[in-house]
Amino acid sequence: MDTSTPTRWITPAGLIPVAIAGSLFVWFAQMIPVIAAGDTLRFLWEWVPSLGVNFSFYIDGLSLTFALLITGIGALVMLYSARYLAGHVHQARFSLFLTSFMLSMIGLVLSDNLLILFVFWELTTITSYLLIGFNHDTLKARRSALQALMMTGVGGLALLAGIILIGTTAGTFEMSQINQMPGVLTQSVMYLPILMLVLAGAFTKSAQMPFHFWLPNAMAAPTPVSAYLHSATMVKAGIYLLARTHPSLSGTDVWLWTLTIAGAVTMVFASIMALRQTDLKLALAYTTLMALGALTLLLGNESGYTITAAATFLIVHSLYKAALFLVVGIMDAQTGTRDADKLFGMGKAMPITAIAAGIAALSMAGFPPFLGFIGKELKYAGAIAVASEPIIVAGAFLIASALMVAIAGIVSFRPFWSKSGTPIAGVKEAPWPMLVGPVVLASMGAFFGIFPDVLANSLVNPTVAAIIGNAEPAKELKLWAGVNLPLFLSIATFMLGFTLYYYKIQIRTALIRMTTAAPSFDNGWDTLMAGIASGSKALTRMIQTGVLRQYMFVTFATALVAMGATLFIRTTGIPSVGWPDIELWDWLVFLLVLLGAGLTVVTNSRITAIAGLGVVGIGMAMIFILFSAPDVAITQLLVETLVVVLFAAAALKLPELDKERLGARPLDALIALGFGVVTTIIVMKVTAGPIDRELTTFFETASWPEAFGQNIVNVILVDFRALDTFGEIAVVLIAAISIFALLKSKPEEDKP
Amino acid sequence: MEQLLSLLIGVLVAASVYLMLARNLLRFLFGLILLSNAANLTIFVAGRLTPGAPSIVPDGVDAPIDVVANALPQALVLTAIVIGFGLFAFALILAFRAYQSLGTLNTDEMRVAEPKEQ
Amino acid sequence: MNSVILIAGARLQAVLLLVFSAYMLLRGHNAPGGGFIGGLIAATGFVVYAIACGTQDARKALRFDPGSIAGAGLGIALFAGVMAVFWGDAFFTGQWLFIGATEDSKGLPLSSVLIFDIGVYLVVLGAVLSITFSLEEAV
Repeated sequence: MDTSTPTRWITPAGLIPVAIAGSLFVWFAQMIPVIAAGDTLRFLWEWVPSLGVNFSFYIDGLSLTFALLITGIGALVMLYSARYLAGHVHQARFSLFLTSFMLSMIGLVLSDNLLILFVFWELTTITSYLLIGFNHDTLKARRSALQALMMTGVGGLALLAGIILIGTTAGTFEMSQINQMPGVLTQSVMYLPILMLVLAGAFTKSAQMPFHFWLPNAMAAPTPVSAYLHSATMVKAGIYLLARTHPSLSGTDVWLWTLTIAGAVTMVFASIMALRQTDLKLALAYTTLMALGALTLLLGNESGYTITAAATFLIVHSLYKAALFLVVGIMDAQTGTRDADKLFGMGKAMPITAIAAGIAALSMAGFPPFLGFIGKELKYAGAIAVASEPIIVAGAFLIASALMVAIAGIVSFRPFWSKSGTPIAGVKEAPWPMLVGPVVLASMGAFFGIFPDVLANSLVNPTVAAIIGNAEPAKELKLWAGVNLPLFLSIATFMLGFTLYYYKIQIRTALIRMTTAAPSFDNGWDTLMAGIASGSKALTRMIQTGVLRQYMFVTFATALVAMGATLFIRTTGIPSVGWPDIELWDWLVFLLVLLGAGLTVVTNSRITAIAGLGVVGIGMAMIFILFSAPDVAITQLLVETLVVVLFAAAALKLPELDKERLGARPLDALIALGFGVVTTIIVMKVTAGPIDRELTTFFETASWPEAFGQNIVNVILVDFRALDTFGEIAVVLIAAISIFALLKSKPEEDKP
Repeated sequence: MEQLLSLLIGVLVAASVYLMLARNLLRFLFGLILLSNAANLTIFVAGRLTPGAPSIVPDGVDAPIDVVANALPQALVLTAIVIGFGLFAFALILAFRAYQSLGTLNTDEMRVAEPKEQ
Repeated sequence: MNSVILIAGARLQAVLLLVFSAYMLLRGHNAPGGGFIGGLIAATGFVVYAIACGTQDARKALRFDPGSIAGAGLGIALFAGVMAVFWGDAFFTGQWLFIGATEDSKGLPLSSVLIFDIGVYLVVLGAVLSITFSLEEAV
């Protein structure tokens, strides 16, 4: 993207999203006093009340914090993209995707009903897919988009299953109500499945190990997207879910240890991987992963310290990470590269960018007086205060934070001020719409660092209250907490961080050597996808043979096994067969039908077969006559006549049957015989049992007094069940129309 | 008599299954007709058999006095026969038309939609 | 087929079957018969006629296109069902009118049920004839 050429950037496509996001931000901001005072807001429209599905929205500290981050950062990112993508041929499409994403994300964090939450959850997945694949002409973008879609989509399905289990266990889908019922989920037998399913959703969305690999790949998206979705908002949806379900799912060992281990592993792994990257954007992507791990780890506990740390770090991270991504985007746009080994000495040419980057990076590295410092102190304090294994957790934080210091230097200090490489010549400062975002976000980090009470009272405390209730008040946010263990840990962090920064090249070389040898999750993904594709192909080839006979065989064999097995399991043997009152007529009809059916099976002549079918039909009509069904018998006779007429007309134009020796298909004969035997037994059992004549009795007693008809069969057809009959004659008409169309089409047009 | 007809249903079903597993499309159609006959008979028999008493309300009374044949399965079978005719006619014409286009009634060779993999 | 006897017989038979089918249709409510049976009988008459004299003549004798007859029949059946709504009943509730009813006799019964049965008759007749005629013309 060459922003040096002046392009008209004030376009509707660029600015309408800014207006939407901005006004939503203002709308949410005016709710702060209400929420800060400890109230919550709830809006409800019933949608499918019978299933407990409502459009219900719930605003408390947690959702308001998220909503403000989404709309606030959204407005800045959209202003940035208006200039960044100015003149791009698909700018309008981009704006649409980004705005849709923002609205879905707002819906996600405001939904009270879990099913609605799921719908928005999937919407963010889909819009994220579209945004990652925005540069769809590159293979990498398409692959990354699909990978993100599959990972988060599978997680979404797991979440849906979990939500349904929650709903059936708690009796409602309204999260605000479920959170009011302590122990309803944790003490349920379904707790473990629910937890695993919900965590599967949250961990895939928030890219926890081992589902992390889609997030670095998602950096194929345009930089504003990475800044917005894949650091500040969407990936935090998983964190949001953990926080939202925290009151009803946390407090167990499983919760504590799953979140602690997953969070810690992700955090340490991601910060080491971040140091390995030369692409600044990728380095930032891995630090995002680290932040998500840290948040997961913090949410594993339920003490005031850790939750306050989580709420603060959530805000801190969104502010500085979005700013840094936007700065990297600026560097990319102004120089055409994001390679850490090529970008040097730009500080003088772009001072505003450099300063914004510096402030954001200091916050990320956790220097006082920035908000990042407070966040880091709280993390340490939380780790020491409560974690079950304080040494390990605090150690993980120490490693990760030290690495953050090094990364902050690499991303924000080295490109602007380092003299270790050739300065890039002819760089210009970015245009102002692209500067607003980094500057505002970075300075907010500084402002909140100096005046932490503002943030604490407005957002952090209500968020903490939303997660763990008022039982344990939020810890105070302050810059100077006295000389204590967290402070010493901070100092150790800085020293370790500076050392790492100093030896960064050597460390990177060593890391690259180590990690290229190790098997990567990304390659594993490819193997998995290829395996699924070839597996389904093989399966399709196996079951879709294209031969009608085989389909029929499988169908009949399956039905036979199903019926036979049911019969075998559910009943006790063949019913005793008596042959009472069978008259000569009955035997004659029986033999007639037997003869007709046998003839049809054995013959190799069309005409004989048609005659055999006619005999069967006549025999059927005789059965109907013998057993008091005159209407049915007449119908059967007439239809039989027409069948023979049709068959005779068509069969003359068809070839003679192929010669088939009886018994040439023993396996088919076996299946057929089995089917016959099983059917006979079933019908015998049915007729041997009692019959419920309730309906028949109704028809018999109501036919004359209510429907004025003496022929009960006809009254059923045209009066009691007239709607059925209507449907049936419609089917007959449709058959006639289809036949008409078939016969009017020209055979020669079928030839390929 | 129910037992005898149960046996007959079994015979019809066996014959139709054997025919429907054949290669020739005409045999398949024969099987289809036999199967619909067997199905109709099953419904009819399931309503029990009453010889010599059609389900008609005699003149001058509100409901049949003696036991009469079960009217409900008869109504079902009656429409099933007509629908079965529609199905059979459609299948026959489809076979006829397929033969015009493909020149064969052997279903193993009718694979325009799912051609053999090379 | 060019048999004079068949042609002459088929004409007569077709007329007889048509009358008989109307009889079966009308008596269907109280005795074996009804729309399905009536329609099939009438269709058989025309099919025999078509075998004897060819489908061209049969179509001429029928006057209307069989497909249209079937379509009209479905419309009539639907109308009979919808009629009930005008009297405030649910769809497909039978409506009756007894003309000249006395204490002992119900007079001449007219009903939406009969109209429905006429619709069934026409659908069966039209559909069967449409199938047989177009098949015979195609082979």
